[in-house]
Amino acid sequence: MTTPSRGSGPVLDVRDLTIALPSGGDRKEAVSEVSFSVERGEILCLVGESGSGKSVIAQAVMGLLPNTLPVTKGQMLLDGEDVAKVTTERLRQLRATRMSMVFQEPMTALNPVMRCGDQIDEVLREHTALGPAERRRKILDTVREVALPDPERIVQSYPHQLSGGQRQRIMIAMALVLEPALLIADEPTTALDVTTQAQILELIKNLQARHGMGVLFITHDFGVVAEIARRVAVLRLGRLVETGDKDAVLKRPRHDYTIMLMGAVPDLKPHGRPIAPDQPIVLQTKKLEKTYADRGWFSARRVVHAAADVSLEVRRGQTLGIVGESGSGKSTVARCIVRLIDPSGGEVFIHGEEIAHRSHRALRPLRRKVQIVFQDPYRSLNPRRTVGEAIIEGPVNYGLSRAEAFERARRLMDLVRMDAAALERYPHQFSGGQRQRICIARALAMEPELLIADEAVSALDVSVQAQVLELLEEIRERLNLAMLFITHDLRVAAQVCDHVAVMSQGRVVEYGPANEVFVSPQHAYTKALFAAAPGRDFAFGRA
Amino acid sequence: MYQFIARRLLSTIPVLVIVAVLVFLLLRLTPGDPAAILAGDAASTQQIEEIRETLGLDRPLPVQFAIWVGQLLQGDLGESYYYKVRVTELIAQRLEPTMSLAALTIVIAILVAVPLGVVAAWRFGGWFDRFLMGFSVFGFSVPVFVLGYLLVWLASLKLGWFPVQGYKPIANGFGPFLHHLVLPAITLSVIYIALLARVTRASVLEALGEDYIRTARAKGLAESRVLISHALANAAVPIVTIIGIGIALLIGGVVVTESVYAIPGLGRLTVDAVLSRDFPTIQGVILFFSFIYVVVNLLVDLSYVFLDPRIRY
Repeated sequence: MTTPSRGSGPVLDVRDLTIALPSGGDRKEAVSEVSFSVERGEILCLVGESGSGKSVIAQAVMGLLPNTLPVTKGQMLLDGEDVAKVTTERLRQLRATRMSMVFQEPMTALNPVMRCGDQIDEVLREHTALGPAERRRKILDTVREVALPDPERIVQSYPHQLSGGQRQRIMIAMALVLEPALLIADEPTTALDVTTQAQILELIKNLQARHGMGVLFITHDFGVVAEIARRVAVLRLGRLVETGDKDAVLKRPRHDYTIMLMGAVPDLKPHGRPIAPDQPIVLQTKKLEKTYADRGWFSARRVVHAAADVSLEVRRGQTLGIVGESGSGKSTVARCIVRLIDPSGGEVFIHGEEIAHRSHRALRPLRRKVQIVFQDPYRSLNPRRTVGEAIIEGPVNYGLSRAEAFERARRLMDLVRMDAAALERYPHQFSGGQRQRICIARALAMEPELLIADEAVSALDVSVQAQVLELLEEIRERLNLAMLFITHDLRVAAQVCDHVAVMSQGRVVEYGPANEVFVSPQHAYTKALFAAAPGRDFAFGRA
Repeated sequence: MYQFIARRLLSTIPVLVIVAVLVFLLLRLTPGDPAAILAGDAASTQQIEEIRETLGLDRPLPVQFAIWVGQLLQGDLGESYYYKVRVTELIAQRLEPTMSLAALTIVIAILVAVPLGVVAAWRFGGWFDRFLMGFSVFGFSVPVFVLGYLLVWLASLKLGWFPVQGYKPIANGFGPFLHHLVLPAITLSVIYIALLARVTRASVLEALGEDYIRTARAKGLAESRVLISHALANAAVPIVTIIGIGIALLIGGVVVTESVYAIPGLGRLTVDAVLSRDFPTIQGVILFFSFIYVVVNLLVDLSYVFLDPRIRY
């Protein structure tokens, strides 16, 4: 394959790009006077938190922005041609041939009712005059190049028949089949598991080197930046705050915002707090098990072990982390403990009382003792209820008077560092981080003995994540809570956990004090998981 | 898959049984005596009594029901009180006009409504979209007979393009057959176009918001291709579901349309049978319609497998 070589300047040169926001937004412009360039054969990472405008820039280059977000100023030169000025028809010709894009969610970004091969074929049929046999050969070549196994079968498959990583490889194959000069990758690994993420990053790096294209890589994850970038551009609220080589920006940031971000990146090293011994056991599971069975009328039963033989314990004032990739069964375990789902076998003890097989009626008095905070703060609060109502609902159900419950809610707002006036307002009036604080206050209103955080900081930006983690830590200490912390993020786990259980395919493969597990992992899976953590040896902001 | 079909076909049995019982009871419980109608105005009480005896209407209801079900199990829908022929034969005679009308109506509706809906979704909020939404309110609200007479007045009487009434069997040539059928089919399809265009618009609109549409555009595909092979292909399941439901609606519409255009189909047969209290015919036609309905629904469910590879039975 040949290296695209047209012109000699940068592949993409963005100058003074300004994109307006519809009136009534929180700021006037989505992107304000942003200038950067992507050189031939380099990976430029565009980094920023949510709302920084990084995806808007990517879509602007591709011409994919809705009319509500017009480019009001500036140029976007693709090989010297200003894509902000070209006709729709020309823009359509440039897509997939000179510039391509890979999106975040490989499940939703592929058409579910079209075979993968046909989706790649569409690109060729639209932009080339190749015959069917040549197209087929090219498709198979590309599928092979993105290292998909059994290309003949893969091209015949529908997206739902492939794994997340395979789907993303199909997306990449589709983007690269015509060897564009510019690849825009918008959070291409965010929806993937760490091990898959590592493979996809590797693939993008290899393809980039082999074809010499320029890559505009958009991400919020500094670990990923450390893995892949040559240069970094940091965005904040639509403005570029810092640009430079990877090491310069990540290790010696100059701008306050970048310095703050680097400080917020959690460390992969365990925190090393002393663990107080001889605390009473709050939660104990013995051989906890959850199986799902397909009950076909005539067909054979297919049994899935979502969780098997899970034996854990959490003592008062301690945090146990359950770490694993998607489908490892970590959330299933959490849901069994809260009895949102009924375990199929094994026992769960809360303060020595067995709850796994109690009737829901007999369980009621115990429900109060275990509370859970979920991942998505946007969807776990009822949008039609004020924050105050959401917080007092539980305590009132358990017999507290409304006045007392409100008094408690006010104290809790103070604890989660929010204003008591927030109680009168509705969830949509708050940011993600604030909502998660509200969710934590809601859980604490029940005065639980065990707090379960199920990916509670995963949807949050790094800087907000750091604050919420700090808050959880403080609460655990002040209230002497037992905490079960479920996460896929090893950095986060290292920050908060005293003990760690690593789960894979429904089983706990390694379980021990965080210091030991993180410092010298024993099980092969744990080692692979740690090895895949992006930017694991990178010292952020500490050069 | 085959298990699914078998199971679904078996499940039609209880549906048909319930329909049979309901129709039978409903007819017997509503006022109107078939014997009196058959006998005519000048008949004596005794003559009516005799007719009632020959028809078996003097026997207790459970016995009448048992006899009818016994016939049904042998595939016999009984003999019409009025026409004095087997109901199965009556239905067979009337089948062609009704099926032709229904089929043409559906074809017209799909050909018109789906493109309209797609374009409306594509130009969401534009003048075309608003026009189509306005039209669909009109389509829903104008009764079939009003529209029918209006079209006859305009297209047949004023412009002379189509015959006013009547039906030509397909055996007499396709041209005249179609010529006679177009106006009734258009009449009948209006409400259906309104419904289908709305559903198409809604589901295409939903599909257009999905990520794979952005991907398709990022691939530089022509907008028509984005709309058809990506948006419409993904919107197909709800659209086909509504086509299935529409066939049920159609059966109701056929009754009025066939009367307006004097088409000798099942709809007319039903109206005549109801007016003359021709119990076996009414029961037969309704059972037949129910069976068709159940089969159409099964076909719709089966079509999902082809429309969406994620659906498996």
